[in-house]
Amino acid sequence: MKKPYQSLEVNSIYNMKQVIHRKLSRNTLSLSLIFLLTLSTSLFAQDGDAVTGKALFNANCIACHKLDKKMTGPALRNVEARLADTEGLDREWLYKWIKNSAGLIKSGDAYANKIYNEFNGAAMSAFPTLTNADIDNILAYTATEPTVAPPPPGPIDGGSSSSASSEGGISNKLILGALGVLFALLAAALFLVNKTLRRFAEAKGVELPQSSKRTPLWKAFAQNQFLVLVSVVVLMLASAYFVYGFLMQVGVNQGYEPIQPIHYSHRIHAGDNGIDCKYCHSSARVSKHSGIPSLNVCMNCHKSIYEVAPETQAEGLAEYGVNYNAEIKKLYKAVGWDDAEQKYTGESSPVKWIQIHKLPDFAYFNHSQHVVVGGVECQTCHGPVEEMEIMSQHAPLTMGWCINCHRETDVKVKDNAYYTKIHEQLYKKYGKENFTAAQMGGLECGKCHY
Amino acid sequence: MSSNKKYWKSVEELNDSSIVETLKQNEFVQEIPTDEFLGDKDTLESSSTTRRDFLKYVGFSTAAASLAACEGPVVKSIPYIVQPDRIVPGVANYYATTIANGFDFASVLVKTREGRPIKIENNTLASTNGHANARVNASVLDLYDSLRVQGPKKGDKAIAWSEFDTETINALNSLKDSGKQITLLTQTYASPSTSKLIAEFSEKFGNVNHVVYDAVSESAALDAYQAMYGERGLANYDFAKAMTVVSVGADFLGDWQGGGFDAGYASKRVPDHGKMSRHIQFESNMSLTGANADKRVPLTPTQQKLALAQLHSLIVGSSVNTNALPAKIKDAVQKTASELLKAGSNGVVVTGIQDVNAQTVALEINKKLGSKAFDPKTPIKTRQGNNKAVQTLIADMKAGKVGAVIMSGVNPMYTLPNAKDFSEGLKKTSLSIVFTSKEDETALVSQYTAAAPHYLESWGDVEIKKGHFALMQPTIRPLFDTRQFQEALLKWTDNGVSINDYIKSTWKDSILNGSSYNQALHDGVYVSNVSVENILEEETIVEEIAIDEVPGTNVARELAASAKTTGTELTLYTKVGMGDGQQANNPWLQEFPDPISRTSWDNYLTVSKADAEAWNIINENDSTGALNGSYVTLKVKGAQPLTVPVIIQPGQAKGSVGLSFGYGRTTGLKDEMKTGVNAYALYTNFDTVQSVSIEPANGMHEFACVQLQNTLMGRGDIIKETTLEIFNTKDKHYWNEVPMVSLNHEETPVTSPQVDLWDEFDRSIGHHFNLSIDLNACTGCGACVIACHAENNVPVVGKEEIRRSRDMHWLRIDRYYSSEDTFAEDDAKKEGFSGLFGDNGSLGGFGELEDPADNPQVAFQPVMCQHCNHAPCETVCPVAATAHGRQGQNHMAYNRCVGTRYCANNCPYKVRRFNWFLYNGNDEFDYHMNNDLGRMVINPDVTVRSRGVMEKCSMCIQKTQKTILDAKRDGREIKDGEFQTACSAACGSGAMVFGDINDEESKVAKLLKDDRMYHLLESVGTKPNVQYHTKVRNTTEA
Repeated sequence: MKKPYQSLEVNSIYNMKQVIHRKLSRNTLSLSLIFLLTLSTSLFAQDGDAVTGKALFNANCIACHKLDKKMTGPALRNVEARLADTEGLDREWLYKWIKNSAGLIKSGDAYANKIYNEFNGAAMSAFPTLTNADIDNILAYTATEPTVAPPPPGPIDGGSSSSASSEGGISNKLILGALGVLFALLAAALFLVNKTLRRFAEAKGVELPQSSKRTPLWKAFAQNQFLVLVSVVVLMLASAYFVYGFLMQVGVNQGYEPIQPIHYSHRIHAGDNGIDCKYCHSSARVSKHSGIPSLNVCMNCHKSIYEVAPETQAEGLAEYGVNYNAEIKKLYKAVGWDDAEQKYTGESSPVKWIQIHKLPDFAYFNHSQHVVVGGVECQTCHGPVEEMEIMSQHAPLTMGWCINCHRETDVKVKDNAYYTKIHEQLYKKYGKENFTAAQMGGLECGKCHY
Repeated sequence: MSSNKKYWKSVEELNDSSIVETLKQNEFVQEIPTDEFLGDKDTLESSSTTRRDFLKYVGFSTAAASLAACEGPVVKSIPYIVQPDRIVPGVANYYATTIANGFDFASVLVKTREGRPIKIENNTLASTNGHANARVNASVLDLYDSLRVQGPKKGDKAIAWSEFDTETINALNSLKDSGKQITLLTQTYASPSTSKLIAEFSEKFGNVNHVVYDAVSESAALDAYQAMYGERGLANYDFAKAMTVVSVGADFLGDWQGGGFDAGYASKRVPDHGKMSRHIQFESNMSLTGANADKRVPLTPTQQKLALAQLHSLIVGSSVNTNALPAKIKDAVQKTASELLKAGSNGVVVTGIQDVNAQTVALEINKKLGSKAFDPKTPIKTRQGNNKAVQTLIADMKAGKVGAVIMSGVNPMYTLPNAKDFSEGLKKTSLSIVFTSKEDETALVSQYTAAAPHYLESWGDVEIKKGHFALMQPTIRPLFDTRQFQEALLKWTDNGVSINDYIKSTWKDSILNGSSYNQALHDGVYVSNVSVENILEEETIVEEIAIDEVPGTNVARELAASAKTTGTELTLYTKVGMGDGQQANNPWLQEFPDPISRTSWDNYLTVSKADAEAWNIINENDSTGALNGSYVTLKVKGAQPLTVPVIIQPGQAKGSVGLSFGYGRTTGLKDEMKTGVNAYALYTNFDTVQSVSIEPANGMHEFACVQLQNTLMGRGDIIKETTLEIFNTKDKHYWNEVPMVSLNHEETPVTSPQVDLWDEFDRSIGHHFNLSIDLNACTGCGACVIACHAENNVPVVGKEEIRRSRDMHWLRIDRYYSSEDTFAEDDAKKEGFSGLFGDNGSLGGFGELEDPADNPQVAFQPVMCQHCNHAPCETVCPVAATAHGRQGQNHMAYNRCVGTRYCANNCPYKVRRFNWFLYNGNDEFDYHMNNDLGRMVINPDVTVRSRGVMEKCSMCIQKTQKTILDAKRDGREIKDGEFQTACSAACGSGAMVFGDINDEESKVAKLLKDDRMYHLLESVGTKPNVQYHTKVRNTTEA
């Protein structure tokens, strides 16, 4: 089961690159080819042709074709047989088409034009480097019967899994409740035994030892003025401490982790896949806002990645109770992408994300200042986002937190012509090389409040 | 020397009226009625709220408020589905476009944030009208007017455009068949493509009559120019080429002939190598131009005609009888003529008299002088209205000859004196359509109201001057279901192309001459040598018929002959803040104080002091310092009597009164904006001069005047000024003295570090910002005031609050009057009297020692936070909410401020503003911040202040910080000129220069060392970062 996962991952990267740069670099191509070859040799040994064909398919075709699913191009399972049955086209036609589809369309071939129009004029790239033998191999691969998918390791939808976990919660409560009842019964029994014994003693005339009459503890405490004073002071200090603590956390949303309309996992995107933060949050480079990526940025990759690898799906269901594939469907719905037809329907519904990091209106913060000029890592303020399954607020975002960082962080003056003259003058005056943001005026009120 | 001059801010102060004296001594003239409230035991006891209840309520509400504050609100963020590649949230985009609303024509840059236009800036690429005045700066707020027409309407009923199309096309076709006249009544578009469209429309529908109508007409000047040069336009003037400027009644720093002359004028007003231009103004109202003049001669409109005729006779050599002129004025004209003759081609004469002969006289004088500033070859196209055509149209309409009237950009029901005739005529037409963005007076009487977009949502082109083109492009998708007039013309002519394609092809075919259209669109302007007359043949034919008055053969004599005095003369004028009144629903402009009268939210009759005394009219300040004025009833022959409040205006010519257009709108605007009276009702025959009779009326009017809020407190050196002669001959210390203070019984300059209380902070590293204001170049136009409003989210407070001195303008332009001559010179003159009669006779001489209020000199002084290095406000703040930055800016942390107002009390410049109320989202202040649409204009980089905090000019720290950040990100040094504040960027006259004085090569660093530089109230020792430059007047009579 290792292999499909690996290959899918390779696919996804491959597809992504395909979207960004139309021309796939040869390096990646051959690398993935070698990679896949080494992986695939151990498994699937039924047909030599089909194995080579699979490698070729993964290297050349998979950006636009799937075996069982329409993508940029049609689904290719048994394509040869289908064409022969329905259109009466032979392998020769396929050779021509694959090697130079545009030429075939131009020559006025009926089916070539039909398929070209069906896919909205998206011409298939020509593959003149593929030999007829290569194509034979690929066709052999497309003719393999689909392997029966193993039953998914967990229940398909997230609902049942959450109900399972809630069942566990109920059983825990039941045990606890039973224990509680047991203890209550025990206590009652003890009390009853005690009572009965006393009655016996009374009846038998046994003198029970009488506790001597002492001043009750609370009275003694109340009479000791010193103690009262000390405890009042302690109490007041303690309550002041707690009140202060309560007041200071008002408006501080550290750890705020709202449920978002689409379960977006930074762990998978930034962590597992290692996508740079600024690929999606691109405006952090130029603007005061880091920006929530618009949905067309998601579709750069998710046009091809319509589902996650089974392992990831299983992991999501087991560990987080999330059906990732269903979340991708939510994205498609929001952006108006018809996955089956591979086209935009035009019916979109914007996603209403819940804002997590909120600065008050009177505080000015500029991302590009910190990210580009200061070279601060995103994680410095936002925490280990690449490990967060659910995004949460890492830093307190209080003024004291800002100020502390400004006091400790040196301004990056190197290789920035803006600072050349200023740094020279500062060096002359103070005779030191590094200056913190605070020393450069980063604590002035007006730098952030205007 | 500057300081022995007496400055005064109002007639009341000059009179030493007791109220002003008391105000000087005591903030509250009347006792504050605390005893009325607290001393009355019965009232206190009968109150249902006891002290304990009160405390309970306070306690509970505080607890409730703090509990409510514990839970933060959930905020949703909604990203784009597909983000436009040009829009990055948080980064501003700029687009070049052009305003052409029939009154204001200017090439501007529009700053947009997240697709919303939020500010208008100057287009520095434009060689023509590249500076936005106060109204253009405010025009961005009109886009977000909540009372805009949101879709097409038939009567009161909203209809669809398709319905509108079928109905209007049917109506037009049936009119075409019947051969009845179809009239297009439009504003001046000066647009090549619109002219072409109208020509195509005429071709299709046959009997089409295009009438161009300017609300405030320049028809006389157009006729004069057309008669002389054979083309309908206005002569262009470049005052940067004139050393002697003579104006007879022309407010060329205001809206005279379309405006836009101030930059050239101001460039010659700054002494350069001991030279500056000399400006002589003959006028009756105290105008912005007159206020800037070196010599101002107040005279009535009739006398203006005679003076101009005399000037003509003296320069061109015609024989004119001007005996009716008083000897003093005659003398002044003679001196002016000799100055002009001496200046020769460096002189220029302009006139604002609405008389074809007067305009011809001015053209002839300039021709004779060979004036370099006078440029008849590139005429201005922004006024094309034709009085006669409009009057003929109304007559035709009343006679039932007109089948359809299609109006665009005009509001005749408001701007026509005979609006009644117009509405009667309109009833007789079978089709009436008005393209308007407001439900204005004309929309109410028209069959169809075609919702028109704002210019920031439209496509268009303008030929501002001959060969000087500008493009208009939308900066936002239309907010409402609107359609511009040109699009409708395309629809009616069955032209399938869109308006932008149409403009593009027009430009490519006949204007660009092979240049790039995209480049022109990017720049917003294009200068061509190719004339576009060939494509506008239709238009020219229309114009040729249209000349309505032909100047006579001996223009000067005819001009003099037409000068007949009949009673008091009223001069109608336009205010810098309101123009022709189409922006009346703009709260920024309503609250903009008039540069001269310093009164906002009103128009009023300006009356000279002598006349006011004669008519028993008073202006008085009530106990809070607010201004009240008497009413009078104005009667003009043929018009309804009008009751107007009066402001006694120093410098108003005796026997003349003034009233501004633009006020008294009744529909299409919020109740708060319905201010003033409609002066168009008196604009009979499109003549700005009317003879009136005046009768005092009952009652007192409450003005919102910011004039007497801050008296001078005897500090005469706030404005420093000198004459060119002294400036050139005497040492700096004579005319720009540094105040001395006594240190150990020795006179020490206040700038000396020894007398300072504080240690100097080393600001030599990094940036140190300074703002320089040249009192010579500042014309007082007020563009900076509105630019500051827009940039810094300054709230509008309304008339009542202004009366309570709670205006919020971060930047104000103080206006000071001073008598023309120093008192010392008066004394010298008195000493020189010999005998009773003759030139030096005391009989006439004492009369000449006139009342200073008759003809004062005026100085404008923009005042904002001075950003003192040793700021008095900073030391008194108990919570350290205001502190100094090392870059020279005085910071104000609103979130820290608790509103003690100590800082405002300790500020010697009175520039701090307190938020008495929550102005944002508060329906009590029904301007623009209480609705979502109006709030779209808010600058997202500047905090919207809340109630109870102090605010003030920040020296646009958001802009300086942005410039620094951009440079840091690009890894480069900052060049001089990159740093700008909203005011310095808006200043078209170059009076305000902003920059970094640590950059020795910067302009502002050099200005700091200039001899004319002084700091406001230097003697206080605050070390401000705002410099002022001594005003120099060119009083040298050549």
